[in-house]
Amino acid sequence: MRRLLRSPKVVIGLCLSGVFGLLAIIGPLLAPYNPNTSVSTTVSIAQPPSAAHLLGTTQVQQDVLSQLLVGGRSTILVALVAGAAPTVLAVLFGVTAGYFGSWGDDLLSMLANIFLVLPALPLLIVIFGFLGKGANPNDALIGVIIAITGWAFGARQMRVQTLSMRSRDFVDSARIIGEKSWRIMTFEILPNLIPVVATSFLFTVIYGVGTYTALSFLGVISTSHWSWGTMLYWAQSAQAAQQVHLEWWWFVPPGLAVGLFGTGLALLNFGIDEYVNPRLRGSREGGLSGRRARQAGLPRRPQLGLTPVVRAGG
Amino acid sequence: MRMMSRRISLYLLTAVVAITVNFFIPRLMPGNPALAVLGRVQAQESPQAIAALEVQYGVQTKTGLWGQYIHYWAQLLHGNLGTSLNSYPASVDSLIRAALPWTIGLVGIATVISFVLGTLLGVAAAWRRGSWLDGLLPAMTFFQAAPYFFVAILAVALFSTKLGWFPPNSGYDTTTLNPGFNWPFISNVIDHAMLPAVTIVVASIAGWIIGMRNMMITTMDEDYVLLAQAKGLPSHRVVSYAARNALLPSVAGFSLAIGFIVSGALLTEIVFSYPGVGYLLFTAIGSDDYPLLQGIFLIITLAVLLANLAADFVYAFLDPRTRQEA
Repeated sequence: MRRLLRSPKVVIGLCLSGVFGLLAIIGPLLAPYNPNTSVSTTVSIAQPPSAAHLLGTTQVQQDVLSQLLVGGRSTILVALVAGAAPTVLAVLFGVTAGYFGSWGDDLLSMLANIFLVLPALPLLIVIFGFLGKGANPNDALIGVIIAITGWAFGARQMRVQTLSMRSRDFVDSARIIGEKSWRIMTFEILPNLIPVVATSFLFTVIYGVGTYTALSFLGVISTSHWSWGTMLYWAQSAQAAQQVHLEWWWFVPPGLAVGLFGTGLALLNFGIDEYVNPRLRGSREGGLSGRRARQAGLPRRPQLGLTPVVRAGG
Repeated sequence: MRMMSRRISLYLLTAVVAITVNFFIPRLMPGNPALAVLGRVQAQESPQAIAALEVQYGVQTKTGLWGQYIHYWAQLLHGNLGTSLNSYPASVDSLIRAALPWTIGLVGIATVISFVLGTLLGVAAAWRRGSWLDGLLPAMTFFQAAPYFFVAILAVALFSTKLGWFPPNSGYDTTTLNPGFNWPFISNVIDHAMLPAVTIVVASIAGWIIGMRNMMITTMDEDYVLLAQAKGLPSHRVVSYAARNALLPSVAGFSLAIGFIVSGALLTEIVFSYPGVGYLLFTAIGSDDYPLLQGIFLIITLAVLLANLAADFVYAFLDPRTRQEA
């Protein structure tokens, strides 16, 4: 765990996603205005940032900062549900299918393969289109619907990893001393899959943020339900990026928030990947600063096929 | 060729699933949305449009569900995707057919550029591990995590509105030009496609770079690469040996990526008001044009499946093991 925390990628990733997680919890309480209220009825162009409105206002004089804070909760909640639900299912089905094999495994692989090649966003647009643009959609339900299209990747990975575990010596010996199948799966195989489960969860959350933002940007989910995608929908329909006096304060904050939240999760993901496979690190990372490396006499570019190592505490 | 026949049957199965899902979604939703749709559009649409909708969604027919399903297949196999509600009496397939060349041109070219450039950069990043290219990785991660359409909005704001280098919207200058095979029109189309294409490349390239870099690093530890280096081969030969083998997972991963890229590209079209399928989709959502929505879903699915099939052929060409297997 400590080795994991030494990677700058993991630390930055944890900080970024932690800040956004906190904002999702307390954000709506901090919002200075009601995101729906027009603060002025006399002005009809978007106002740039000022002391009263730190991120300016929209064309109809709503406070952008309040929209950002209120919309963050919905966005992150949907993403977490869309990431957690399929990960649980992927572990359940992937591990059992990989472990037992036979027709259940074939069925799962086929379903997973179908969902992997089926383009998810158009399918979701059709589903949400027929669900109708109800005034106040339920975030958890949106997350679950997005999850329908996001489980296959994780399940396939889980299955492949379990397959490679199944014939290892420690699993064989557990089977020989008579452990039950569920016990082998939960106590012998699952602990070895934790990095895979973690990366698959993070990957699916990133997918959830992107998909939810895209769906609300398209206006297929109620456009009065505040999320970062809805903010971008209104900014786009007011042509905020095409105005002569560029209304950047309107469309940059929500897009940046989606991008930074996703970047945080992706960095965490890379950190875990590099923890599992240290060769993926850049040569300067993993505890050695450039100066230390030079002092230790390491070449600036490591020799092909070799990973430079310095004896610690020498 | 067992691998190819297996892949083709997977795609056929996926197509059947997509068509079946498309048939059942309007019929299985809570509160029969087909009726709700009819109720909503009844006021604005002509009686003919309503009648067409009733046939398509099986309202007020005595045919059972199975009969409707067979009828639906028969319609599809005749290339009939229904009638658009918003631009009645235009058929859905005529609308899609007009939009499709724009999307295929834009997305196809941008995806190929992104794949080739990203793979080359990935090879370079792995070969010169720890160089400035590695420093670019976090920035590229941001562009990958940020939605395509946000990158597109930024591109419009910076390069069209602020700098005025590129036209901000549309596929060509509709006020002064007529479509035709002549240089003014073609150059105008290229001018309009430049910014959307660059956006798609920037937003999708990071995945190829990172995937190729990681695979390259693993491949460079193989004995045959070390041997090639030890024999004293020039380093570009060594790199090409390693790269050819590291390329396989990237090609295999194409099927995972293509769905994402196409979806992202459709959203990019909306920002640029590009006259392709994505913009058509956006107008269909805005006007509750359900037949058009479903038609676009089917066409996109088929296009993605075809792209996958092409990637599989490339894979079989690159990897002799898949050809020997049979």
